[in-house]
Amino acid sequence: MSSGAAVTVYIPGDSSAISIGAHGVASQLELECRQRGRALRIIRNGSRGLYWLEPLLEVMTPAGRIAYGPVTKSDVASLIDAGMLEGAPHALCLGNIAEHPWLRSQQRLTGARLGVIDPTDIDDYVAHGGYAALSTALTMPPADIVRIVTDSGLRGRGGAAFPTGIKWQTVHDQQAAQKYIACNADEGDSGTFSDRMIMEGDPFALIEGMTIAGLAVGATQGYIYLRVEYPHAARALARALGIARERGYLGPDIRESGRSFDIAIRIGAGAYICGEETSMLESLEGRRGEVRVRPPLPAIKGLFGQPTVVNNVITLATVPVILARGAQFYRDFGVGKSRGTIPLQLAGNVKRGGLIERAFGLTVNELVYDYGGGSASGRPVRTVQIGGPLGAYLPESEFDTPLEYEALTAKNALLGHGGVVVFDDTVDMAHMARYALEFCAIESCGKCTPCRIGSTRGVELMDRLIAGRSGPSGEQRAELGLLDELCDTMLAGSLCGLGGMTPFPVRSAFRHFPEDFR
Amino acid sequence: MNIDSAAIERTVHAAVTRTKHEAGPLLEILHAVQNELGCVPAAAVTLIADSLNLSRAEVHGVVSFYHHFREQPAGSCVVKLCRAEACQAMNGDALASFATRHLGVEFGATRADGAVTLENVYCLGNCACAPSMTINGQLYGRANPKLLEELVSAVENA
Repeated sequence: MSSGAAVTVYIPGDSSAISIGAHGVASQLELECRQRGRALRIIRNGSRGLYWLEPLLEVMTPAGRIAYGPVTKSDVASLIDAGMLEGAPHALCLGNIAEHPWLRSQQRLTGARLGVIDPTDIDDYVAHGGYAALSTALTMPPADIVRIVTDSGLRGRGGAAFPTGIKWQTVHDQQAAQKYIACNADEGDSGTFSDRMIMEGDPFALIEGMTIAGLAVGATQGYIYLRVEYPHAARALARALGIARERGYLGPDIRESGRSFDIAIRIGAGAYICGEETSMLESLEGRRGEVRVRPPLPAIKGLFGQPTVVNNVITLATVPVILARGAQFYRDFGVGKSRGTIPLQLAGNVKRGGLIERAFGLTVNELVYDYGGGSASGRPVRTVQIGGPLGAYLPESEFDTPLEYEALTAKNALLGHGGVVVFDDTVDMAHMARYALEFCAIESCGKCTPCRIGSTRGVELMDRLIAGRSGPSGEQRAELGLLDELCDTMLAGSLCGLGGMTPFPVRSAFRHFPEDFR
Repeated sequence: MNIDSAAIERTVHAAVTRTKHEAGPLLEILHAVQNELGCVPAAAVTLIADSLNLSRAEVHGVVSFYHHFREQPAGSCVVKLCRAEACQAMNGDALASFATRHLGVEFGATRADGAVTLENVYCLGNCACAPSMTINGQLYGRANPKLLEELVSAVENA
């Protein structure tokens, strides 16, 4: 028999938290409480993104949600003995999680509900501001919705940073019997996981954003193209879609408005290139994910030849907060042409990795040292790669660069999807340059020659270069000259960003760390 | 390992029937077949091609394009190691060399006894808890040789 009022404990059901033991902690807690006759209610929330503290457990108390972490299964008994269920102190106690400096200094707009709500409970979503934007959107002329998104300055968060409102306007202006919203959830860049966190931790935000996009451009069908590496997100989305349908937030008559929109999930099959929008459309149509030649733009002739909005998960999940709080509110965050906030993902060899959502303009230094606490290994940080496998490496001397689109472009770098991977001083940059080319060779769709052949020739070249290090300098210079020419060819001659951007990591590695190539 | 041709027929038929009202259903059919049979055998390719009015070459082209689809069944324990940058930054390459040595199989191959398949994967979205791996679909973060050893032997002894 359980006694007393049930204590509510939050334990993330996020796949990263599970990968380091969250399920074990949850079942241990249940067992211990049963044995002690304590009534318990466990809510599997999303992760707040303080991954070095996961599994992070929160106890609901009159003084707020008191957090403990990182908790292992074997800590559970001692935590309960110390009075965790009443929020009592313990070596693992982090205090009120909302007051945690790592979180409190952030500006969570897109990720405001991450780790806060129960992602399986649509009422919890609504209680935290969810679906307020959709209610407004249902009363607005479509062109007004598009205008708000345009005025907010929102740019595509998948990596290309194209103004979302302009894309929507193009689709809005097309005359077609059928239009589509295609959500790109093929988050393949190493060092990124914000899409996954939203899909697992706040899936209704994505569903609401897609529904609003549908109303704005006149699309009635949406697809989420989700990578096969994210089975946990697939389950979370499928569950959320079912609930949204049941509650009338999706379907033929959304909230009795007479408007129709529905969403289907399509699972990818392990191809990085399918994160490129035209390749993704090919894959959605059931074909090889080979890139399409543009024009025509997907906004004019996209999925099944119809006008299609292709947006990343974060872009779409940001739409509700823009509509709910206004274009001006959102654009007041950020700097220059980078408006709003960006969910940065800090990963790799870093002490405190996770999700940091801030207005654009935080410097790499602030991210890596203030939030990240330096390397996990304790060795000096040597470089970061920003923006995934096609992003440039930045040396420590450039860590004062603000994380925003234009400042990074000026450094021959890019922000991409906002992933930042930290490396300590043991990294071999010639090896990383080789890896960039190898990755391109593995993932090339094969449609254009600079990417298909160039990447393989590049790997061979790097192999010779690495084998010849500390050999005669004349030969190394000749190989490096060849590498430079190859980069030019790939940059100028590739059909899409895979071949066209592989030179970024390769060249930046050489430019900033030439000593690793000699 | 041979898969019973009746099972292939049944599986393809069910997948085609279930997706017949959908546009561009090939990937979904291939997923359904692989989920059910563990791979997409050549006989299934022929049947799928017939049902969708595609050539065998077109279906084979799709199967071979995507890293996820396999034409042969995998071993009973499938180990996938993330080889991407964030995991490399956390000694992922050392874990990979350990895996080939300890499991006695190269990446992209199934051990001769059919017990273990070892594969590369490029990003599992677990980059803040690197290095990462999956074992029979289950995701593990902060992986190390000891964890790999324990988990694989747990599968083998199960």
